[in-house]
Amino acid sequence: MADLRNDFVGIKSPNPFWLASAPPTDKEYNVVRAFKAGWGGVVWKTLGLDPHIVNVGGPRYGAIWGADRRLLGLNNIELITDRPLDVNLQEIKSVKRAWPDRALVTSLMVPCEEPCWEDILRQVEDTECDGVELNFGCPHGMSERGMGAAVGQVPEYIEMVTRWAKANTRMPVIVKLTPNITDVRYPARAAKAGGADAVSLINTISSIVSVDLDQMAPQPTIDGKGTHGGYCGPAVKPIALNMVASIARDPETADIPISGIGGVTTWRDAAEFITLGAGNVQVCTAAMTYGFKIIEELVEGLEQWMDTAGHANLDSIHGRAVPNVTEWQYLNLNYTTKARIDQDSCIKCGRCHIACEDTSHQAITNLVDGERRFEVIDEECVGCNLCVNVCPVENCITMDQIPAGDLDKRTGQDVPSEYGNWTTHPNNPMSDAAE
Amino acid sequence: MVDRYLEDGIIEGRLDDDAYEQNFADAYPPLDKHEALVAADRCYFCYDAPCVTACPTAIDIPKFIRQISTGNVDGSARTIFEQNILGGMCARVCPTETLCEQACVRETAEGKPVQIGLLQRHATDHAMRNDRQYFARAEDTGKSIAVVGAGPAGLACAHRLAMKGHKVVLYDANPKAGGLNEYGIATYKSVDQFAQHEVDYVTSIGGIEIVNDSRLGEQLSIDGLLKQHDAVFLGIGLGGVNALGVEGDGDEAVASAVDFIADLRQADRFAKVPVGRRVLVIGGGMTAIDVATQARLLGAQDVTIAYRRGRENMNASHVEQNQSSSKGVNIRHWMMPAEVTKTSSGALEVKMEFTELSGGKLKGTGKFQTIEVDQLFTAIGQTLASGDAIGSIAVEGGRISVDDEFRTSNPSVWAGGDCVAAGEDLTVTAVAQGRDAAESIHAALSA
Repeated sequence: MADLRNDFVGIKSPNPFWLASAPPTDKEYNVVRAFKAGWGGVVWKTLGLDPHIVNVGGPRYGAIWGADRRLLGLNNIELITDRPLDVNLQEIKSVKRAWPDRALVTSLMVPCEEPCWEDILRQVEDTECDGVELNFGCPHGMSERGMGAAVGQVPEYIEMVTRWAKANTRMPVIVKLTPNITDVRYPARAAKAGGADAVSLINTISSIVSVDLDQMAPQPTIDGKGTHGGYCGPAVKPIALNMVASIARDPETADIPISGIGGVTTWRDAAEFITLGAGNVQVCTAAMTYGFKIIEELVEGLEQWMDTAGHANLDSIHGRAVPNVTEWQYLNLNYTTKARIDQDSCIKCGRCHIACEDTSHQAITNLVDGERRFEVIDEECVGCNLCVNVCPVENCITMDQIPAGDLDKRTGQDVPSEYGNWTTHPNNPMSDAAE
Repeated sequence: MVDRYLEDGIIEGRLDDDAYEQNFADAYPPLDKHEALVAADRCYFCYDAPCVTACPTAIDIPKFIRQISTGNVDGSARTIFEQNILGGMCARVCPTETLCEQACVRETAEGKPVQIGLLQRHATDHAMRNDRQYFARAEDTGKSIAVVGAGPAGLACAHRLAMKGHKVVLYDANPKAGGLNEYGIATYKSVDQFAQHEVDYVTSIGGIEIVNDSRLGEQLSIDGLLKQHDAVFLGIGLGGVNALGVEGDGDEAVASAVDFIADLRQADRFAKVPVGRRVLVIGGGMTAIDVATQARLLGAQDVTIAYRRGRENMNASHVEQNQSSSKGVNIRHWMMPAEVTKTSSGALEVKMEFTELSGGKLKGTGKFQTIEVDQLFTAIGQTLASGDAIGSIAVEGGRISVDDEFRTSNPSVWAGGDCVAAGEDLTVTAVAQGRDAAESIHAALSA
């Protein structure tokens, strides 16, 4: 059986699945339930200075759904913990004592003044938790007070606060990054420059999830008004994967450990984050949607896949996909694929045809000899994959590579055998070949 | 169970009132909002969708389902009614398993089609319950059309003509409008007087006058109608029933399934409808299924359908057959009646001959079985009623001959529904024909 034990900046956990700092980790009751269910660790919901903040008394969440009302994206306007600091600290201490084998990291957010950080770090250290995560990410409520994303959006502040934290604690310091920036490499570099042991990302994305058309106000709607919230869940995974990979690929930050966060719902999502450079993953929305029991599928699914694929431990998959992330201009333009439709599994819904016909390349038939039949027209197919993506039957449509030397009926040319990218392409005015 | 359940003879009140209530409740209860959303989610919004092709009225099914899933149930109903103003009844009585749902790609994919019929009912019930009217009459054309027969074909024709601004007089032989929707549909498929609600809904567009108790050949004649109107549409159905044509079929215990179904629909109380303890139904279509199933539901202890060919030859769909079997009806194949005699106790002895195919032709085997029953129903097809006074209008195969616009041989007379030699004998087919005939009439009168 594959070994899922995880060592993240010296913090050990039996598996790489931590619950992210969020409502599921707000208090002892929930965290104990999570540990009983099998979660490897938690990042305790963000602590702040007393007097503690207050939350809205109305709705805190909004959502978008897919078919069958599957929750795809969740938006929240909840703030950091709304319980007194002392209560949280006592509970953290109690939980860590009872669960020494699990990772317990405490998330923090206090004003940008060194004494504030010094004070809270000293108190947190007393709990004997495993580390701290600096919340530079929340896009709502706290950023307006100069905290959260307001820090995370200014690399100089990130570096400064990270340095204070490192100077005032012996605990590992993880810096949680906001995605609400243009290039995530800059805040990551700043965290590293400040001495961070690791970064974690992504925090939630600024969003308005929907509008109540009766009240003419954003949702969730509080007494007729709404505000932007933080967006998370399966819908944000692609954004998070890209940001994780950007940091893993950046020569300046390639060696900094990354805790991957953003829409992890299945073991496969976790494996994808880890192969793109994450040392572990944090989960929130999936637990908030289905409860803590999903940890069983996450762990068993990851083990099963690693066993089948012959990966002994997490190190053997960590970062494995990073070298294969490249810039567009280095993609092999001579690689050629065509869609193939398996007529035996085709249910004849015609979605591939209409998608291609209306919006793409007119490369799929709808009638053959007067019969309803969907076939790829090789002369038109550019291999774009849209048909694969809209087909409701998995593996009914596949993209087959045209071997080098075979005719591409669309171009009328044989597929070249050599690699050729945009940098040397004759159509590129800046290409080497044009020089 | 009350004592009368086991009594021989054709008697009333075999069950108690609670049992009747339960037995004749809505056969396929409507989807609630949540169920409708879940069902609608399964639609793939196919291109050139096979379900639409399979629908005789060509309702844009993917569109109306998408409208349900986006919360636009009104728009959904409008999409349905644009093609089929009797979409409410069709949602209840269409054999969807042989039409749209058979064609559904999810039937191919998973053997479980999208519940198109129930979704259609969800949308149309919403519209009718809230009296949403989507169509208005065009400016009055000054033209008047006689529509004879207020069944599905006639109602669809009348509505479309009214939309075009014509004045319509809708004649019907019966005391109530609705045709087979009112008199010919199994009770549990159309509960709560739905057929009459639908007549009201359809005619509320205005410009349609209903004249009941007027039968072609009696109160009405085609020549007479043409004197008062600019055109005539015949949606007169099939008023006659085929007789068994065997010795003894004239006995009073031998009844027409069509009449029984109609009487049951019009009954004030189920307890007042007499039925035998042992019932035999001869036939293999929907009418046979409907009469047999309802006989069971009325308390007949032992109900058998006997059909002269195999299961695969029955006109009733497999779903209908299964529905009937699930209610305890015994369906037997390859037998036909040879003789009916009365016993001294008043029961009928039906001598059945086993049949077989020989050289592609059905023939008796010379082997017999006698079945003793209290009541025998015939459900072996209907005919254009004799003396329907369609005059010189051409007929083929016992039905009115029409062209592809439902014009008869008389240039001022159109026809549609079961009475014409075109399409299947289904409510939805009748609606399509009535609607299309109206378009043809309108084009002719506008020329």
